[in-house]
Formats: sequence, C-alpha cells, structure tokens
Amino acid sequence: MAKNQEVTTAQLNGKTINLTAGPVGVYRSPGSIAFDVLNYVIIGLAALTTVMPIIYIICNSFATELELQTRPMFIIPNVWSTDAYKYIFASNKLLRAFGNSVLITICGTAINLFFTVTMAYPLSKKKLRGRTALLNMVIISMFFSGGMIPGYVVVSSWLGLRGTYWALLLPGAISAYNMMIVKNFFQGIPQELEESAALDGCNDLMILLRIVLPLSLPVLATFGLFYAVGHWNSYFPAMIYLKDDKMYPLQLILRNIIVTAESSASDMSLMDPNFVEPPKQSIKMAVIVVATVPIMCIYPFLQKYFVKGVMVGALKG
Amino acid sequence: MTTKAAERRAVHGTGKAYWRRLGSEVRRDKWLYFLLIPGLIYFLLFKYLPMWGIIIGFEDYSPFLGPFNSPWKGLYWFERFFSTKKWMDYMGNTLILSFMSIVFTFPAPIILALMLNELRGMRYKKLTQTLLYMPHFISIVIVVSITYVIFGTDGIIYKATTQLLGHKIDYLGDPSVFRWMIVGQSIWKETGWGTIIFLAALTNVDTQLYEAAMIDGANRAQRLWHITLPAIRSTIVLLLVLRMGSVLDTGYEHLILMSNALNRSVSQTLDVFVYQNGIVNGQLSYTTAVGLMKSLVSVILVVTSNKVAHALGEEGLY
Repeated sequence: MAKNQEVTTAQLNGKTINLTAGPVGVYRSPGSIAFDVLNYVIIGLAALTTVMPIIYIICNSFATELELQTRPMFIIPNVWSTDAYKYIFASNKLLRAFGNSVLITICGTAINLFFTVTMAYPLSKKKLRGRTALLNMVIISMFFSGGMIPGYVVVSSWLGLRGTYWALLLPGAISAYNMMIVKNFFQGIPQELEESAALDGCNDLMILLRIVLPLSLPVLATFGLFYAVGHWNSYFPAMIYLKDDKMYPLQLILRNIIVTAESSASDMSLMDPNFVEPPKQSIKMAVIVVATVPIMCIYPFLQKYFVKGVMVGALKG
Repeated sequence: MTTKAAERRAVHGTGKAYWRRLGSEVRRDKWLYFLLIPGLIYFLLFKYLPMWGIIIGFEDYSPFLGPFNSPWKGLYWFERFFSTKKWMDYMGNTLILSFMSIVFTFPAPIILALMLNELRGMRYKKLTQTLLYMPHFISIVIVVSITYVIFGTDGIIYKATTQLLGHKIDYLGDPSVFRWMIVGQSIWKETGWGTIIFLAALTNVDTQLYEAAMIDGANRAQRLWHITLPAIRSTIVLLLVLRMGSVLDTGYEHLILMSNALNRSVSQTLDVFVYQNGIVNGQLSYTTAVGLMKSLVSVILVVTSNKVAHALGEEGLY
C-alpha cells in the first residue's frame, strides 16, 4: 500500500476517492463519517450491555445486605464485604455441587471424545464396507428423533440409568454434527502418512493412535471445549434423572436456590440451620458468581479455539 | 458413482466371489469395525431405541407392563389432544413465540455482523467481539438467575423503571411481558456468537469487488446492498431453513425456568406442555403422541422450506 501512495487517490465524478482510507479503500462523505461514529457507539453500547449485568452482579455480591436493602441503586458498593461468600461456603453443599460439576464435566468430555473419535475414524475411510449405510443412520438421527418423552423413558426405565451419572453422560455421548466435522477433518489428513505407517506394519488402531490423533489435537481440543462447556452448563438431565440431591451439579443447585426460591422462599435448602435470618439478594448474587467464574476465567484464553470450531463447522459442515 | 457401480456389480456378481471378497475386506478392516462398536451401540440405544419407543404414544403405556404388554390405543391420544380445546392455546403460544424469535432474534446477528464488518479499528473490533461472544458460554440457568436478580422486586431495573415510569412492572409474572423477556434473553445470550458464521462468510468476499464498485461511484449503502449482503445471502437462507425446521421448538430448558403460576397462560408451549405432563405428571403415552406430532410437523417444515430455498436459487440444506 505504502509504495503506491500517489495513485491511491483518484478524481472520479468530481469526487476525490481516497483508496487508502480503510481496509477496502473508502471515500469519506459526511454521511459516511456520521455512520461510522454511530456504528462505533452502538457496538460499544451493545458490548457494554453484555458485560454490565455480570459486572453488576459481581460488584453487588460483595456489598453488605444492609446496603443492598437501603441504598436504592448502585454498582460499586460503599462497604465491601465477603459475608455472602462466607455464608454460602459455610455449608459444604455448594462445594460438593461444584465438585460434582467438575467430575461430570471431566468424565463427560472424556466419554464424548472417545465415542466421537472411535466413530469418526472408521467412517472417514471410504473403503469401509457399509459406510454409506452407517452415515445415513447418523444423518437420519440429525433430522428426526424420538422426542423428549421416549428418550426419557429409554434412559430412565428401559436402560435403568435413572439416579446415576450415566444418565447425564451417555445420552449425549456423540453430537452427530460434531462427529461429522471430525470425520471430515480425518478425511483431510494426507493418505500417504497412513499408508506408509501401514507398510511399516501398523494396524488401523495404531495408525489412529500414533498418526491421526497427534495431527488432530487442535480439532479435538476445540470440540473437547465445546463438549466441556455443554456439560458444565447443563441442568436439565440432572433435574429429571438424578434423585439424590448430594449428586446435584452446580447449575441445578443454582436453579433450585434462585429460580424456584422466587415462588417459594422456603426452598433455600442451601441454608445452614446455624445461620439466622438468611441474607437474600447478596447470597443469590454470590452463588451466581461462583457458578459463572470458572467459565469466565477460561473464556478469554480459549475464545479463539471456540471461534475456530465454529469456522470449521461453517466451512465444511 | 464409480464405487456405487462397483458395489452393484459386486452384489450382483457370482455369489461365491462376492462373499469371499466381502470376507477378506471385513478381515482387512477388522480394527475399523472394532472401533465402530461403541458408536454403533450409542446410536442404536440412544437414538434409534427412542424412535422405536414412539410406539408408547399408540399405547396406554405403563412402565410395569412395558412396551410389549401395554394395551394398544391406536390414535386415542391424538384425538384426545385435539379435543381438549386447550391445544389451540399451546399451539398459539408456540407459534407466537417462534414468530417473535424469527422476527427479532434471527436478524439480530446479521445486523450486528454487518456493523462489525464496517468497523475500521481492529483492536476495538477484537475487544467488542470478545465481550459480545461471552454470554454464549454462560448457562441458561445463570442467564435466568441474573434476570431474576435484576428484574425481581429487589432488582435494580425493577426499582429504576418503577421510579422512572411511576408504576410497577411485574417483569417476571406479567403475561404481557413474558415473551419480550424470553426474546430479550435470547438476543442478549446468542446475538454476538451468531455473528461468527456471517463474519466468516464475509471474509471470503473479494475486496476487488468493493474497489470496482467504488470506481463506479457506488456509495457505502449501495456497496452494502449490492456486495456485502449478497455475499451472506446463502448463509442466511441456510440458517433460515434450519430455523424453520424448529418452529415448534421453543427452547423448553429456557422456558421452564422462566414460567411460573402467573404467566402460565403464555408460557405453556407444546414443549413445556410435554415436559409438564410427561415428565412431571407421568402421562407418558399422551405426551409421546403430542411430541410425535410436533416432530412430524418439523420434518414437513424443513422439507418445504428447503424446497422454497431451491426455488429461490439457493443451495439450501441438502
């Protein structure tokens, strides 16, 4: 660009066109400038709207209950206190739920990746007998499903998984969509690599472990992250399949405290009987923060992988 | 095509040779078949067994008798659903919510993507994108919880609007506000993330097109209309076809968190009805029938809208 600085402006239709102004070379009329200013402001406001509720909740969770009750509206508290956090961690209910969520997320993601890879790899081989039939089986399941109730009946009574973590881990073990993308990725790996390994006496299992998997680590990391976030965030399967509240994940506890407590205040089952007069608003905010923080902490570092995952799907899927 | 023809030749070829070849191929790929076992079992147990399980929608299913011994009821549950009169309410709630989502939630990421595409400052763009993508990773439970805390009677927005308007708005209970809350939450959560697919399509646009248009005297609005929008047209159509297939899906995981005794008249969609009566109240056969009707309509809608997409000269879904 810098080299041909002289030719980057041109006179056309009586207007000076500055081809170096923007990424695509844009003539700047007053209307165009006004649009830009407005565009910046609106996007800025949109971005602010997405973070403000979270900042508000985080700041207010450190306020005292007194201030929350008396001061009408504020974001930054006058007095900072960690009472709400001391309160929720006084009973081990929340910590246990946190541990359950971590366990479900780790095991669930491992199961997801195992099932996805073991199915995607054979299906990526065009020579495989019955491949078309198997692919059709997968594709049909993407368009038509038994529905909520037959799925529930199968998992809870026919397979008898009700009340166990298997009911949370197995029914979603493969996302057909993700599996197809991983399959397409495997197909894109140069055939020669696998053939030369086969000549060296590797069987298909060894080729998958020693050649294909190391090459697909970035893709597997991306889908692992998607699966992991899904497990961390889910509450519905836990709500309908788990009976013992000691097994509840964090999201379900959060739902029980905030969403159902709104209609019946007695449902604050988290409360330790030793504490009198449960502070309301700050407790809720503190629980929200505890459930959100893990995702918020890893999100900035992993954002590019997430975006890459969507791109892979968008281009190949 | 050639492999298909070869396959056909193999199938119709002399029986013995065919079986011998099949046998040697299966033996050659034994490890691949071995790897397929977990996935195959998964699809049969968790995808196809529930499809077969739809049979309980035609029975008076009792978990004790099982699917083979429960009495056959034919289309009884379908007739019962359509004779309740209430079904119009459920259908109406479903369609209104879907319609609002298609009108408001669907275009939001398209508009935002176009706006982000016009940004010049790369650092500003990166920063705002990072912030806008974030809510996608926040669980729906947290989104609803934040809503309860902010819009509830102790919440900052509730207090602010009460002071500003002089009267109270019951954000969480008032049936006339309910749908707007759902739409608002969906827009807040998914708009930013939804832009990625459009921004990806926009990176493929040849910048020479813009330069050529500029030399022809096209202003910014004209370039947007004639170059940028056509570039994402097929993506929009594809997503719209997909969206049409889920017109009757209203995101029950979201709705059942927001529904309560006060807003029941508008929050009861088909999904919520199936959840409430099936899983909570145990009317498994009845709700299976309602769910089946819903999936059939969805399949018809996808096929139809895909045909429409083809008629418009787009690739569509398949």
